[in-house]
Amino acid sequence: MQGSSLLSFAIWVPIVAGFAVLTTGSDRHAGVARMVALAGAILGFLVTIPLYVAFDPSASGFQFVQLKPWIEVFNVNYHLGIDGISLLLILLNSLTTILVVIAGWQVIQERVAQYMAAFLFLSGFMNGVFAALDGLLFYVFFEATLIPMFVVIGIWGGPNRVYASLKFFLYTLLGSLLALIAIIYLYNASGGSFSLADWYLLPLTLDEQILIFLSFFAAFAVKVPMWPVHTWLPDAHVEAPTGGSVVLAAIMLKLGGYGFLRLSLPIAPDASQYLSGFVIALSLVAVVYIGLVALVQSDMKKLIAYSSISHMGFVTLGIFIFNAQGIEGAVIQMISHGFISGAMFLCVGVLYDRLHSRQIADYGGVVNRMPVFAALFMLFAMANSGLPGTSGFVGEFMVIMGAVKVNFWYAFAAATTLIFGAAYTLWMYKRVVFGPVANDRVAQLQDINLREFIVLGVLAVAVLWMGIHPAPFADVLHVSVDELIAHVMQSKIPAP
Amino acid sequence: MQKLYLVAPLAPLVGAVLSGLFGWVIGRRGAHLVTIAAMLVCTAVCGIVFNDVLQGNTYNGTVYTWLTSGNSRFEIGFLIDRLSATMMLVVSFVSLMVHVYTIGYMADDPGYQRFFSYISLFTFSMLMLVMSNNFLQLFFGWEAVGLVSYLLIGFWYTRPTAIYANLKAFLVNRVGDFGFLLGIALVLMYFGTLDYAAVFANAKQLAANTIEIVPGSSWSLMTVICLLLFVGAMGKSAQFPLHVWLPDSMEGPTPISALIHAATMVTAGIFMVARMSPLFELSETALSVVIVIGAITTLFMGLIAIVQNDIKRVVAYSTISQLGYMTVALGASAYAAGIFHLATHAFFKAVLFLGAGSVIIAMHHEQDMRRMGGLRKYMPVTYATMMIAALAISGIPGFSGFFSKESIIEAAHLSKVPGAGFAYFCVLTTVFVTALYNFRLIFMTFHGPERFREPPVADARGEHGHGEHALTEHAESKHDAHSDPHDTHGAHHVHEPRESPAVVTIPLILLAIPSVAAGWFIGPVLFGGFFGKAIVVAPEHDVLEELGREFHGVIGMMTHALTTLPFALAIAGIGVAVYLYLVRPDLPAVIKRRAGFLYTILERKYGIDELYSFVFAAGARVLGKGLWKGGDVGLIDGLLVNGSARLIGWSATVIRRFQSGYIYHYAFTMIIGILVLLTLVVVWP
Repeated sequence: MQGSSLLSFAIWVPIVAGFAVLTTGSDRHAGVARMVALAGAILGFLVTIPLYVAFDPSASGFQFVQLKPWIEVFNVNYHLGIDGISLLLILLNSLTTILVVIAGWQVIQERVAQYMAAFLFLSGFMNGVFAALDGLLFYVFFEATLIPMFVVIGIWGGPNRVYASLKFFLYTLLGSLLALIAIIYLYNASGGSFSLADWYLLPLTLDEQILIFLSFFAAFAVKVPMWPVHTWLPDAHVEAPTGGSVVLAAIMLKLGGYGFLRLSLPIAPDASQYLSGFVIALSLVAVVYIGLVALVQSDMKKLIAYSSISHMGFVTLGIFIFNAQGIEGAVIQMISHGFISGAMFLCVGVLYDRLHSRQIADYGGVVNRMPVFAALFMLFAMANSGLPGTSGFVGEFMVIMGAVKVNFWYAFAAATTLIFGAAYTLWMYKRVVFGPVANDRVAQLQDINLREFIVLGVLAVAVLWMGIHPAPFADVLHVSVDELIAHVMQSKIPAP
Repeated sequence: MQKLYLVAPLAPLVGAVLSGLFGWVIGRRGAHLVTIAAMLVCTAVCGIVFNDVLQGNTYNGTVYTWLTSGNSRFEIGFLIDRLSATMMLVVSFVSLMVHVYTIGYMADDPGYQRFFSYISLFTFSMLMLVMSNNFLQLFFGWEAVGLVSYLLIGFWYTRPTAIYANLKAFLVNRVGDFGFLLGIALVLMYFGTLDYAAVFANAKQLAANTIEIVPGSSWSLMTVICLLLFVGAMGKSAQFPLHVWLPDSMEGPTPISALIHAATMVTAGIFMVARMSPLFELSETALSVVIVIGAITTLFMGLIAIVQNDIKRVVAYSTISQLGYMTVALGASAYAAGIFHLATHAFFKAVLFLGAGSVIIAMHHEQDMRRMGGLRKYMPVTYATMMIAALAISGIPGFSGFFSKESIIEAAHLSKVPGAGFAYFCVLTTVFVTALYNFRLIFMTFHGPERFREPPVADARGEHGHGEHALTEHAESKHDAHSDPHDTHGAHHVHEPRESPAVVTIPLILLAIPSVAAGWFIGPVLFGGFFGKAIVVAPEHDVLEELGREFHGVIGMMTHALTTLPFALAIAGIGVAVYLYLVRPDLPAVIKRRAGFLYTILERKYGIDELYSFVFAAGARVLGKGLWKGGDVGLIDGLLVNGSARLIGWSATVIRRFQSGYIYHYAFTMIIGILVLLTLVVVWP
């Protein structure tokens, strides 16, 4: 499938649509801006469907490869291609963009065109990250995603948005600058190539690998985020508008997990193994420590943000146990977390739009006024607690099954999420949704409208589908993950 | 036949979906019609399947592949043998009865359709659990019944006690599931598959394996796996110390207390251990733990039942105690006896719960037995059926409970696993306790003066001490979100009690029949190798085989029993109940005063709830707050993140001074610099 331009469509359709939305100008044409944005997002999703249809899960290597020179002086190429891992993430990203556009339909009344455009740009950039096979191209897209999100939090965010957006920007930029150093080093070491394929084959001593690994680690660990560099996330989530939180949790965090899989592991396999104990320790701290911290949050968004960190701990744990169940589980967990955390933030958004409060204490007895919403929220809460039959279970199950093979206590610590995850999610649910009507403002709540129902309904179907029949998701991963593991198991240290 | 297997769980699922999602279209009548029709189909299919396995047929096959990963394949599939077919029959029959009963019990509840949807969904989940042919699907069903239990305990979601109880139930069960999942993980790791047949076939080869869970001490692999799996069973089957959720689950409507928290779901743990008999047989240690946990549960939870005044709570503690019996049977390797008691218990305990529900309707949602009495002449059917159930649970010869319980007691007597002696003592003592609390219930409810005619005594409620009870007693009433449950009984009216309608009494009668008759199948079930290859017992553990040699028909068993200790204890228990609650009803109060300390211990349920809420619930919150405020906010954000921002800001203010823009500042600095350099050059040697 050499020369296919499907991936370019996946990247540039949303971006072009974003420009089209911007041309509608001021809020006088907000209606037009919304329609154009929705059309762009749907078109952006439609162009990714042929990727899934034409993807050959039994073929090794990258598919839909597109290679064009970009900056010839430095041998930078516009080099795209995907494997099973990127495929799922691209589909997730493009689907989420539609939902975010619909979710912001009525809530956003100021600078509508700019808001919608920011998300379309973001969607294109993130597809770029997932499709890039050129180190510099990857970096450019990776950094470009910061700008729209920075703007979204900074303009449409809550009262403390300036602090949160700066914290988000500086935190993640600092991490990725170190990654840039590693990229330049690799460019020199490989004799002037930015091609990931070249870097995969490049022999490197253990010391070199460790330094490269740690540089990438700085970028990706912040993005995931891993404990202890996670503190930007709760602030960013709390201040971000609902759409921002959804994209942040559902897709942006996955850039970190994807980075580990695409860059860290294959480029520095020996260092990855050498430092795996360290990464696993941080992941398990995330599961347990953050699980406890989530329990005591009084702000719903903060609670879900902490829950995200805890769930992303499973992703890094799964990646660094280096077996098929672990890594496939990590990818499945990323996709599932995309659905569930997106849905959870949308649910909080539904409540926030009505009462303008994120405090658990301001709610109670919501089910009496919003039974349909309560039922959907219950489904997502159960998925967040990892109930079998929902997507939340699949990734956690696979990672625990993989972890026990490495060390019983890894699995033991990871499995505590069964208790903590249920405790913080359902306790919040109980205080917000169950009980008698807590106050007059709750008494005046209206149940979700059709638009909100569609958004949550799509995610509900996804969560259930992936929980009941996850095989189609895992089947596109097998070959890619097996190749990755084979690569990691092969030492790159040059023979002396 | 294979298509038929699918119909059994899917029929209730269809009913649940129709009634749950389209309840607003089909209405109340539509909801119960569609779910009951589905349950009829399901029960009929389970009957056909049961009949089929009686012919000696078994089935083990895959429905679809859930997931493949690495070299493991996870499937959804059915294993139909006599064990699963028995469970299917019990589950579907009791569920059908409860569906019918619900028409009467929930008649004026606004959540009618939702309730039918939940109980049908439960039936689906439970059938998937028992029909599974692998550990993964077992876990699916396991968690799914937990979910429905959560939804049903919190069915009346405006009640604070109900939504507290359902959260508690879910979390305590999750503690069990935590162990269960780790057990499954170890099975997958060592066996490479989660398929029952493959695992059980290879169990013997791996029996000698050891693993080092804690470095330096090696454990038998089978012991570790079985103990982890048993933690799951302890959660689901409410075994000490994970029993705390079951009494609180009585916050749910009574039909589900009968179906889920007595007859079926709570027996999932018992079923699971019986299913895993090929593994448990390989670990003496695990069996020993099982028998001791069961023994503790059966005696100490039975004792609590004696001091309860809430009619449902008496039956709830009785359930835990009876589950303890079944666990003892498992520990003694008398799996068949455990399953047999599971089946008989399902019938008579369903009668007790549904009968209690019938009384509660007649008493207009009063649950305190001190406010009842003399009901037998108003409610003859309820009285008769509950009496049959009480005789059955007390182990009076001829009734089903006698046969199953007697064989468990004898099995504990014959068993040689460490702890069996203790277990024998506990199960014997509990015979007396069981008879006492059940006849106390019968006498307080159906005999004696009609206390419901007296005006309520103000402090009668106060001595309950627990706010939760006060609510329970009143609140099984219409749940208009606005009305505080207390208001419904603000004024005291005497309602003339009436027998419940036919939709309530007919299920009672239909369940009372097997409460007597089921026991008479003891011969073929226990001693005829009924379960065949579904249950594996090592020859050295085979106590039932030993019992079977002494078994000469049910009549012989009954006449023999008349001379034995358990029978004497049961009669003594009934006798004490007669004396205390019929002959000298003033005595219990005296005893309570004299033995105040013991009474308080029992009434406070040994303080276990308080201990847990202090250590775990409060402890986790304190720890979480400490990590958050100390770790995240203090150390990471305060010191490192904002600290580095402040450091940059501070150094910027300092460095900014150097760029003042005044020439003489720069000139002065240069002169100082030159002086310092010159001094260094000159002074340095």
